[in-house]
Amino acid sequence: MTVILSLKAKQSIDAWLLKYPIDQKQSCVIHALKVLQDENGGWLTEGAIEAVAAYLAMPKIAVYEVATFYSMFELQPIGKHKISVCTNIACLLNNGDKIVQHLKKRLNIEWGETTQDGCFTLKEVECLAACDGAPAMQIGQIYYENLTPERIDDILATLEPKEIKDGK
Amino acid sequence: MANEICFRTLHLDTSWSLEAYQSVGGYSVWKKIFTDNITPASIIDELKLSSLRGRGGAGFPTGLKWSFISRGAPGQKYIVCNSDEGEPGTFKDRDILRFNPHQIIEGIAIAAYVMGASIGYHYVRGEFFEGFERIENALLEARKLGLIGKNILGSGFDFELHNVSGAGAYICGEETALMESIEGKKGFPRFKPPFPANYGVYGRPTNINNTETFASVPVILQHGGKWFLELGKPNNGGCKIFSVSGHVNAPGNYEIPLGTPFAKLLEMAGGMKGGRKLKAVIPGGSSAPVLTAHQMLDLTMDYDAISQAGSMLGSGAVIIMDETTCMVKVLLRIAHFYAEESCGQCTPCREGTGWMFRILQRIEAGKGSLKDLDQVLEIANGISGRTICALGDAAAMPVQSFLKHFRDEFESYINHQQCLAQTI
Repeated sequence: MTVILSLKAKQSIDAWLLKYPIDQKQSCVIHALKVLQDENGGWLTEGAIEAVAAYLAMPKIAVYEVATFYSMFELQPIGKHKISVCTNIACLLNNGDKIVQHLKKRLNIEWGETTQDGCFTLKEVECLAACDGAPAMQIGQIYYENLTPERIDDILATLEPKEIKDGK
Repeated sequence: MANEICFRTLHLDTSWSLEAYQSVGGYSVWKKIFTDNITPASIIDELKLSSLRGRGGAGFPTGLKWSFISRGAPGQKYIVCNSDEGEPGTFKDRDILRFNPHQIIEGIAIAAYVMGASIGYHYVRGEFFEGFERIENALLEARKLGLIGKNILGSGFDFELHNVSGAGAYICGEETALMESIEGKKGFPRFKPPFPANYGVYGRPTNINNTETFASVPVILQHGGKWFLELGKPNNGGCKIFSVSGHVNAPGNYEIPLGTPFAKLLEMAGGMKGGRKLKAVIPGGSSAPVLTAHQMLDLTMDYDAISQAGSMLGSGAVIIMDETTCMVKVLLRIAHFYAEESCGQCTPCREGTGWMFRILQRIEAGKGSLKDLDQVLEIANGISGRTICALGDAAAMPVQSFLKHFRDEFESYINHQQCLAQTI
C-alpha cells in the first residue's frame, strides 16, 4: 500500500528539488528514498517506493531500480543500528578479520542478520575511505576508526538498550 | 614542502572555516578574476603551464580538459565535481571535504567562469555525512558573501552550485555513471563517445573533475602555473596527495611533490610496521597493478615513473604490504570488491568478476588446482578492453599483475593448500 508522505518528508523533498531543473524531478529520487528510509527506521517498504514514484512522477520500476542498485538502501526490516564494517584491503591488512570475528561473536549474528532484540544489524561494506584509520566501520552517520575488540565493546555499550547493558 | 596545496589550511584551528580559508588567501583568486578582468583563456594557459593532471585516477591534463568547452557556446552547460571517493585505499577527498571545503568551492567556481557554466553539481559519496555537512556549511557561507549565486561580486556572472549525494555505489565514481546518478538513475556508465564535454548531465556539455583537481586550481592561479610545475617535475606538475595505508606505522595523507622518491614517502609514513620487510605495493588504488618491493624502492612517485614500471599512479592510494602478507588473500579480497561493485551492464565484467572471485575463493579454501591460475588469467584477459567503462580493466589488472609478480606464491598455496607466508 502506498505510503502517505509526511509533511516533513514533502518539505525535505521539495527543498531538494530546487537543485534541479523543473522538468528533471527524477533527479531527486535518491534523496527522496533516503528521507523515507530514515522515517521508516532504516528500510524501504514497497509502499514507500510507490509513494516516491507518484511524488516524482516516475515509473515505479525506475524507483525500484534505484532502490536496489545503491547499497545504502535497505529493502528488508533492519536493526535500530546498522553496523557497516569495512573488510577491504587496508582493513584486511590491519587485522580487520579479528574485528569481524569479534562483532559476530559478541552480537551472535552473521553478515546481514539482525540481533534478536532488533538493536543491531551487521553489514559487510566496501572501502569506506578511512584506510588511515583501519580497521574501520560506520554506524549510522558516524565513522569509527582504529578499531580493537575492546573499543568495539565500548562503542556497542553506548548503543545497546539499557536493560541489556545492566544484564552484562 | 608538504600539505601546502589542498591541505594548506590544515595547520589552522577549524581549518574548514571561512576565516581559516581566507587567511591563506582563499577566494582571492576568485575575486581577482572579476576585479582584474582575467580571461578564461589566460586561466587555461596557466593550468596548461602548471601541468596539473586529473587527480581522480586518469591523470588527464586539466588545462586541456577545460579547453573542450568554450565559454561562448550557447545553451546550458554544467560543472560537476566528483567526490564519490571509493577506490580502495583512497581517503584524500574525504579529508579535503572535511578540512578544507571552501577550496573545492573556489576551484569549481573558477571552472564555471572559464567554461561559462551557470550551474554546478558537487556529487558527494553517500557515506560521507560529515564531509557533506562541512561543504554545505561552506557553500552557505560563500553564498552569503556573494561569492556564489546571482551576479557574483557585481560582475553580472551567475553561478549556482548544488551539493548532492550518492547512496553507495563505487561505479558512480565513473564520470558518466555519476551523471546518470545525478539524473536519478542507477549508475550505469554511458558509452563514449559522446564524451561529457558534448553530452553530459541532462545531455548538456559538462566538465567533470575530481575534488583534489578542483581544490588545486585556486593555489595554482594564486602562485602561478610555473611555480606549481616546478614543485613537481616536467609533465607531472605540483604536489599530490598520497593516501598511504597498510603495514606502515603512520598511515595517512601526505601531500608531497610529484617525483618524490617512494622510499621517502615510506619514511614519512613512519616506515614499516614492526620493522618488517616490504613485500609489495599497490601504488594507485586497488585497480592499479601491484609492484614488488624491489621495483618500488627505485621509483619516484609520479605519473610517468609509475607508468613506466607497469602500474599507474591512479588516485594516489599507496597500499603497503609487508613480508607476512598472503597475496592470495589480498587478491581474493580485491576480486570480491569488483564482483560486488560491477554494475552488471557489460557481460564480460558482470560474469567475469564473479567467476574470478569464485576461482580465487576455491584456491584460498585449499581446493584449487594449478590449471585454475591459467583459467583466472584467461578470464581477466577476456574482460580487458571489452567493457563500456574502466571497471572491467580495473578488475582484470590486479589479477594479471598479482600472477605476474607472485605466481610462485599462488602455486605454492595450491600445492600446500595454505599460505606459507606468515599470513595476515
